Amino acid sequence: MADSRINDLLITGDQNYATIDHSVGRLVLDSKAHSIAWFKWLIVGVMGSGLLMVSIAWLIFQGTGTWGNNIPAAWGFDIVNFVWWIGIGHAGTLISAILLLLRQQWRNSINRFSEAMTIFAVMCAGLYPLLHTGRPWNDYWLFPYPNILGMWPQFRSPLLWDVFAVSTYFSVSLVFWFVGLVPDFATLRDKATNRYAKLIFALLAMGWRGSAKHWHRYEQMYYILAGISAPLVLSVHSIVSFDFAISIVPGWNVTVFPPYFVAGAVFAGFAMVIIWGIPLRKYYKLEHLITNRHMDWMAKILLATGLIVFYGYFLEVFYSWYSGNSYEFKLLMKTRFDGMYAKFYWALIFCNGLCPQIFWWNKARTSTFWLIFVSIMVSIGMWLERFVIIPMSLTNNYLPSSDKPYYPSFWDLAMFAGTLGFFTMLMILFIRFLPTINIFEVKDLLFKMKGKKEFVEGQEPVEVA
Amino acid sequence: MDTQKMNKQEALDKMRAELEGKRGQQYWRSLDEVSQSKEFKSWFEDEFPNRQELFQIDRRTLLKFAGASLALAGLSGCRGVFLPEEKVIPFVKAPEEMVPGKALFYASAVTLAGYATGVLVEQHEGRPIKLEGNPDHPASLGSLGSIAQAEVLNFYDPDRAGNVYALDEISTWEEFNKELKSQLDAHVATKGKGIAVLFGTITSPTHAAMIEQFKKKYPEAKVYAWEPVGRTSLTAAVKAVTGKDGVPVYDFSKAKVVVTLDGDFLSPTETPGALIYARQFAQARKVTGSKGEMSRLYAIESNCGLVGASADHRYTVKPSEVYQSALALAKEVGLSVPGVNAPGRLQTDLPAIVKDLKAHMGESVVVASEQAPAEVQIAAFLINNALGNIGKTVKFVATPEASTGMGQIADLVKDMKSNAVDLIFISNCNPVYTAPADLAFGDALKSVKTKVHLASHFDETSALCDWKLPLAHSLEAWGDARSFEGTASIIQPLIAPIFDGRSEIEVMSNFLGENRGGYDLVRDYWKSQKLGGAEFEKGWRTAVHNGTIPNTASAPLAMTSTSASLPSPVASGSGLEASFMADPAIFDGRHANNGWLQELPRPLTKVVWDNVITLSAADAKNLGVKTDEYVRVSSGSAEIDGIVFVLPGQPVGSVTINLGYGRTAGGTLATIATVGNTPGDQGGGCNAYALRTSKNLNFTPVQIKSLGTEMHLASTQGHSPLGGNRMPDEPIHRDVIRAGTLEEFNKAGEEAEKSGDLVKKGEIYAEALSNGNHIVEDKEIAEGNLYPEETFEWDGDQWGMTIDMNACTGCGACVTACQAENNISVVGKEQVGKGREMHWIRIDRYYSGSDENPDVAWQPVACVHCEKAPCEPVCPVAATIHSHEGLNQMVYNRCVGTRYCSNNCPYKVRRFNYLNWTDNQEQFTKKTSPINTRVIPGPIREPKAEGVQLLKLLNNPDVTVRGRGVMEKCSYCVQRINEARIESKKAGRRIADGDVITACQQACPSQAIVFGNLADKNSQVAKMKADPRSYQLLKELQTRPRTSHMAKLRNPNPEIKSANETTEAHS
Repeated sequence: MADSRINDLLITGDQNYATIDHSVGRLVLDSKAHSIAWFKWLIVGVMGSGLLMVSIAWLIFQGTGTWGNNIPAAWGFDIVNFVWWIGIGHAGTLISAILLLLRQQWRNSINRFSEAMTIFAVMCAGLYPLLHTGRPWNDYWLFPYPNILGMWPQFRSPLLWDVFAVSTYFSVSLVFWFVGLVPDFATLRDKATNRYAKLIFALLAMGWRGSAKHWHRYEQMYYILAGISAPLVLSVHSIVSFDFAISIVPGWNVTVFPPYFVAGAVFAGFAMVIIWGIPLRKYYKLEHLITNRHMDWMAKILLATGLIVFYGYFLEVFYSWYSGNSYEFKLLMKTRFDGMYAKFYWALIFCNGLCPQIFWWNKARTSTFWLIFVSIMVSIGMWLERFVIIPMSLTNNYLPSSDKPYYPSFWDLAMFAGTLGFFTMLMILFIRFLPTINIFEVKDLLFKMKGKKEFVEGQEPVEVA
Repeated sequence: MDTQKMNKQEALDKMRAELEGKRGQQYWRSLDEVSQSKEFKSWFEDEFPNRQELFQIDRRTLLKFAGASLALAGLSGCRGVFLPEEKVIPFVKAPEEMVPGKALFYASAVTLAGYATGVLVEQHEGRPIKLEGNPDHPASLGSLGSIAQAEVLNFYDPDRAGNVYALDEISTWEEFNKELKSQLDAHVATKGKGIAVLFGTITSPTHAAMIEQFKKKYPEAKVYAWEPVGRTSLTAAVKAVTGKDGVPVYDFSKAKVVVTLDGDFLSPTETPGALIYARQFAQARKVTGSKGEMSRLYAIESNCGLVGASADHRYTVKPSEVYQSALALAKEVGLSVPGVNAPGRLQTDLPAIVKDLKAHMGESVVVASEQAPAEVQIAAFLINNALGNIGKTVKFVATPEASTGMGQIADLVKDMKSNAVDLIFISNCNPVYTAPADLAFGDALKSVKTKVHLASHFDETSALCDWKLPLAHSLEAWGDARSFEGTASIIQPLIAPIFDGRSEIEVMSNFLGENRGGYDLVRDYWKSQKLGGAEFEKGWRTAVHNGTIPNTASAPLAMTSTSASLPSPVASGSGLEASFMADPAIFDGRHANNGWLQELPRPLTKVVWDNVITLSAADAKNLGVKTDEYVRVSSGSAEIDGIVFVLPGQPVGSVTINLGYGRTAGGTLATIATVGNTPGDQGGGCNAYALRTSKNLNFTPVQIKSLGTEMHLASTQGHSPLGGNRMPDEPIHRDVIRAGTLEEFNKAGEEAEKSGDLVKKGEIYAEALSNGNHIVEDKEIAEGNLYPEETFEWDGDQWGMTIDMNACTGCGACVTACQAENNISVVGKEQVGKGREMHWIRIDRYYSGSDENPDVAWQPVACVHCEKAPCEPVCPVAATIHSHEGLNQMVYNRCVGTRYCSNNCPYKVRRFNYLNWTDNQEQFTKKTSPINTRVIPGPIREPKAEGVQLLKLLNNPDVTVRGRGVMEKCSYCVQRINEARIESKKAGRRIADGDVITACQQACPSQAIVFGNLADKNSQVAKMKADPRSYQLLKELQTRPRTSHMAKLRNPNPEIKSANETTEAHS
């Protein structure tokens, strides 16, 4: 145990099962593990959620007109934010499902909180399509439910596919997350000293005893769920992109959208994982579990997906010229490259296209500053991307007389700030009440890294890199 | 509640004690004073003041009441605002022809500045809901302008004057008459000396006869007339050439060449004959098939009017240069007039213009503005005479106005100032607001002892008067009026007065010491005129039924003087000149409280809810101001603050300010700028009357300086950082507007007729009419097309429409017609500014050529009902679907409001109810709190007195009223199609061509819109669709629109080289 040479890049320091249990478990079991800063952030989150509630109430009371949407830009912040949040939700499932299936062990210490992020982000995202309709109380008409009118939804509409895609994604992610938590609940149950905590975790652990049979069943289920989730990662954002690609709006009707949207989602998701991961490991002293190696690899994914996204931007420019479609070309020249919204387009190119290029340098990939900076830039950039695509394309029309600008209203901003607060609140509560890092998977990783021999015979560990 | 316990007798006693010692009967109705006492208040507010407390009632009585309440419960439903309680008659025996759910149409007339336009009033269950043109009326021929159509909204306006007021207290007509009698009696001895009566323009024969009677009875009384945008100078000009008071009547259908001197004969605010002139003008320019002829229009303009937008050659001059231009034209024609040069480019082109005119002797018209100084108009008449047009295209008839010989307002002010007036009666006229500023009418009025004002809205003048009388609307009172060529019409009421108003003639009868109803007055007058000859009853009924009285057109006048001497022109200064125009929507301000008109985009600027300081780009640059800038316009000591709008085509040196805004009284919308809002916030504009003096009624030199602040104007097109005003020259919007010259078109037609191939033909025309922007692709579309040529999947009627851009004058009548027919909400300036206007049809205005003098093309766009509609597949709940007959239908009930359909609509014709507009109409509700003024309306604001109910009465019951969160759009007037279907089924036949007329088509003065069944190859619409000028908007998207547009043609004079080469190339 005392061998400091287990200084692998995925788990650093002098670690054993007990230290891992402690460093993760104490966040849940020991309230002193949280500083006043946690409480301050909770206040911020709660206030944000309050703002969200107020803006929702005002929206339902008054109507969509409280927002800045108009004709021609019938979609604005509502759908921009929806797509942005959905995109952020993508990293979690990608990390937990696809990397699991690909046997990427480095996911083990970041999958839990990125899955939580997924669920919370999808919750924020889901609010928008539900509330952006003119009559939200009739939203259930979008579901194919039996009714005396014999009236079905219109299956040709991508908005309907969206309903299925997002709701499936949310429910599968939730189940996947919960299943992954069960062994950890059992650990917490065993470690907890507080009676109520013990009781609650016992209930949540669903009688987990850690028997070989339990583990066998668990592994089977987890891999099946991962198998179901993996295509969802690709399908959800593909379908979200169909909301635009199916239409005839110049700037929307683009066949490259599905892969481009998926890459963008992964891009945004990983940026958000970094934004949360870095303070998390710093303030809760988890650097030995979320190491620079993780950051390095995540930065590489950012760079890779960033290049795909950048390629997408390049393609948009290319085919608007190459297609010979004059409306596309006008959109490009008059609305994106020039005009009142051009600054957003160029900001997008800077944030998503140029900023990630810093990660070609090794040092930047492990520098806290550059990681945070680029991740924030990417988050902003991905938001701008949706802004460029959605309202900016709509302000540019086939008939020049219809061109009208779009300005968001106070309530647009309030609702977006509200979802940010709501998301923060959920994440802050998650850090306090649930194991932020997957305890047993990290132990498993430690075991694999140290090698069985270490535990049995105390021999030299095997390098895992 | 102590009062409830109080004995009924006690309460009444107390009240009587209160009233003790009060003078006169009227105090029974002036509740303010009595209502000081708490007891009376609660007694009065108690619904059943004499009821007993529940505890005092024994069981038997209670049961008795319970039974009676149940029995009576059903009756309360019969009580309506529109019928006084005592006259309610249950339809046990329904009136003849009254079928619930079926509209009835009655002929009547509405007036604007006195002149009548014949209408058919659509009435549902006793409620007038829409005005349509009367096809038999010579001033309508079936079409109707925006202002006339919006009269029906005026009728239901809750701000309309509803009660007689003595000072600020509610009074009654009886009280007024009593007071009037005592006042008049005091004047009998002096034969009426000291009495003054002021009218607006009067054409009503009945009214005129009564005024004569009044004059006879009080020979010393003085009668005056004042019309702010009237035809005083026109009548004077006609008198100069015919020796009699008269007006000209034109025939543009026979005119091959038209020259206008600011004479905007296409706009109803300029001349009462505009609807007819627009129709004649369109006829003279109609091109069908591959070859055609068109009249040619030269417009000399000092502002931007409809005529200039339709002109083949347009010359911009300053307002003071119009007379110079007229003289130069006269000189060139060969008249002996003071010799001057025409300004600018006009001088160069004058010989060619005159050559053109002389080549069409007797087939040309020169039109001056009816408000222009008399010398301009005389010059125009003399030119017409020299060209042999008099009696052919220009006729003079005796003036239909009875108010011509009345006194001038300036004399009235003089009299008032010298205390020569002690009783003044102002009838349907708002001189305090509209009189020339130098007269200071309001100040003079204050010196009159008794002031009586009869008005539809209590306005600026009412505020200074002692007796405020509510004027009945023409839909609720009997009357008569003459049209622009003299034909008289009977105005018949469609409903009992909804307020306590009386018509002008009824009040006039009060002044004659009688109290007779309008019906008797009108009927008796026409009886005395031997209407119907021996059979008066028959003649009367026919006249009421038809809406016109036969043989009442004004007598023609012969031109007697052919060489009136004309004064030399005053050299125009170098400064800016502001000209005052009637607003195209709210006219002289009298319609400022009308939401439909306030929100009607002004033809050229597309601005709503405001008047603007219109500047040319050059002047704006010189002054260092730009659109939206708040500026101070000053003329002498008078100054007004307004918002600048830089308008392409505005003559350099000319500033146009529309009259009618900046009201301080007259209803919620009229006073929107002055009450509770910061300037520019909700609209309301500035008061141009403040600059208008009796010497300078038309234009005045002004200075403009910036106030350094920016205001926001709300405009429906092109007023944004994104532009959207003009057709770009590069082939981006290649085929949106098809326009070309007649010459090019005829040449293309010849070529096309030679080639047999249909696709090839189409290409030839497209090339000729698309400014060279057409990228040849018809062939590609035809070859690569997977759709069959016709996608009628059902063997029935297939609806379609054509809109002829060559006929469209951009007047906006269709917009109001659609609004009235389809219950379209008014949303207010703020919401229009956000891009949320609700009009189902819009008139896009595109410029091409130079900014100084661009060509204008009008393109009305409503839902084009695509056969392959992009909106349909994207709706997740199937709320927008296609009918068998090719209608793209919107199912409001099913719509959840995702708005994807609007995003996917390439024509952007869908409108979304972002807020609950229906229950929040500014005109019909009041703000519940002062804080509420600037935020979005709440879900339901408090209705004004009967506000919301009145709006409900106005709504067309055949069209769903849309709630918030629902998408809406043009339905091709599906309710009218269904009506026609029911009728045809009853008759056992198919729907015939012309059975279905959409609201926009019906209103259009130039008959630009044709609607009908495309499956019927003999229908008019099918023929128009096959016309070479017909094209589908955005054809390359393969949406297959059912509405086709038809290319605009211009007919420039080949001998005139346009000043601007680009204009020439693209005109």
